[in-house]
Amino acid sequence: MFEAVAFYLFAFLTITMFYITVTTSQALYALSALAAGMIFISAFFFILGADFLGAVQIIVYTGAVMALYAFGMMFFDTTREVHENHGNKYIVVGLATLAAVLVVVIFAAPMVSTNMQAFYPMTEGAGNTEMVGMVLFTKYLVPFEVAAFMLLVAMVAGIVLAGKKMDLSLTLMNAEEIQAIEDEKNKKVLS
Amino acid sequence: MDNAYLIETVIKVVVILLVFSALAGIGTYFERKILAFMQRRLGPMNVGPFGLLQVGADGIKLFTKEDIIPTNVVGPIFKIAPVITAATAFMAAAAIPFLPSFTVFGYEVHPIVADINIGILYVLGVMAIGLFGPLLGGMASANKFALLSAARAAAVFISYEVVTGLAALAPIMMVGSLSLIDFNNYQIENGWIVWSQPLAFILFWIAAFAETGRTPFHLIANDHEIIDGFGTEYSGMRWGLFFIGEYANMFFISFVIPIIFLGGFGDGTVLGAFALLGKMAFFFFFFLWTRAAWPDVRPDQLMWLCWKVLMPLAVINVVITGFVMMF
Repeated sequence: MFEAVAFYLFAFLTITMFYITVTTSQALYALSALAAGMIFISAFFFILGADFLGAVQIIVYTGAVMALYAFGMMFFDTTREVHENHGNKYIVVGLATLAAVLVVVIFAAPMVSTNMQAFYPMTEGAGNTEMVGMVLFTKYLVPFEVAAFMLLVAMVAGIVLAGKKMDLSLTLMNAEEIQAIEDEKNKKVLS
Repeated sequence: MDNAYLIETVIKVVVILLVFSALAGIGTYFERKILAFMQRRLGPMNVGPFGLLQVGADGIKLFTKEDIIPTNVVGPIFKIAPVITAATAFMAAAAIPFLPSFTVFGYEVHPIVADINIGILYVLGVMAIGLFGPLLGGMASANKFALLSAARAAAVFISYEVVTGLAALAPIMMVGSLSLIDFNNYQIENGWIVWSQPLAFILFWIAAFAETGRTPFHLIANDHEIIDGFGTEYSGMRWGLFFIGEYANMFFISFVIPIIFLGGFGDGTVLGAFALLGKMAFFFFFFLWTRAAWPDVRPDQLMWLCWKVLMPLAVINVVITGFVMMF
């Protein structure tokens, strides 16, 4: 009974939040509703007994949405409304509906057939943190490592894009060249 | 799910809410008194004996003050921001074991609302959501200084979350569980974790100051600007809710640090329970002590400290722990 109440409550809240996110013209409403929706989703993990994934959902999405806020802060005055340029509304609505139906079909199709089997059945006596670890480091080891590698590449790229004078290496220069750079810097300050 | 369990949970939730809302009020009294003694003043003296009723006077003032919503603010977000801070602080308390289990009238009580097996992740995650309060309050205020303070809140959050997580990772690896009860039980057999993980303890402690926004890292409401950062436009009980959230967070993190590193409530005797309360009181006192003793650091120094000192140390600590455990 409690599970049903919790499920319908959080389903309603999540859908409402994401509806606000896509329909509002106020950047701050959109971001806050997105954050709230992401956090309400974690409730489904807790209802299903996947505590670890629920907590990870909270931690990852608070951090991620916080970064979005930072971008919002840099690009608009978030207390004013944003006037969007609406194109053809029918195409947007049609494509969104189609995409939603497709996602439901993709995830519901295996459940319709009766011969469903778990490839990695639950291990007796292991908590759900351990089970996530076991599957992640056996069956999904390669995708996991590839994802880690891609994040490393993205991090290096981010540092190179954001850093200044990354083409200069002080260790490869002799003392005079370094002095010349210092003088250049001081000249700008003095003039 | 039987009725006894339901009633027990509701009672525990109500007790925790009442005790810690009251403690947040009394915490402000302790803070003013301790700061005053360290600065050779008397602090609150006039209202009641030793100024003890000052808490009540402040409460009446906060509750009855006019709740002003300035013209240009984003109303709903502005109104909900303080509630987020206060609510998430109390939600985090759901996974903290405050005392060892005890028996009342033949009924065994576990003073923890939900012993989920990912306790520490849940506590840290939900406490982190609390930073949405200052962030949203600052961004919705339509005030340049509030916005600056919100930007600093986001920067501090994103940076110090990394340090907290990595510092807590080494003890988690040793215990092999994320439940705070398991942390406590591990330390009964193997001694306090602080002896084997002193570096992680210090890093976690430093990051706790950033997570709660206390003085050396009090950048979310920068005192140098003379105004109250994200709280500038707030008045009355909404401002009070920010305060309750901050103090509740201080109390909860003061429970979490001893439970992870300093043996928690030990083997569950009355002595152990008092020891946990004593450790909690020390960490709470230390928050106030640093506030009296240290100035705020600059935002760039804070980022330097996080990314160039604390984070590399935390990573090295995790790697060394891993090697020691493997061989």
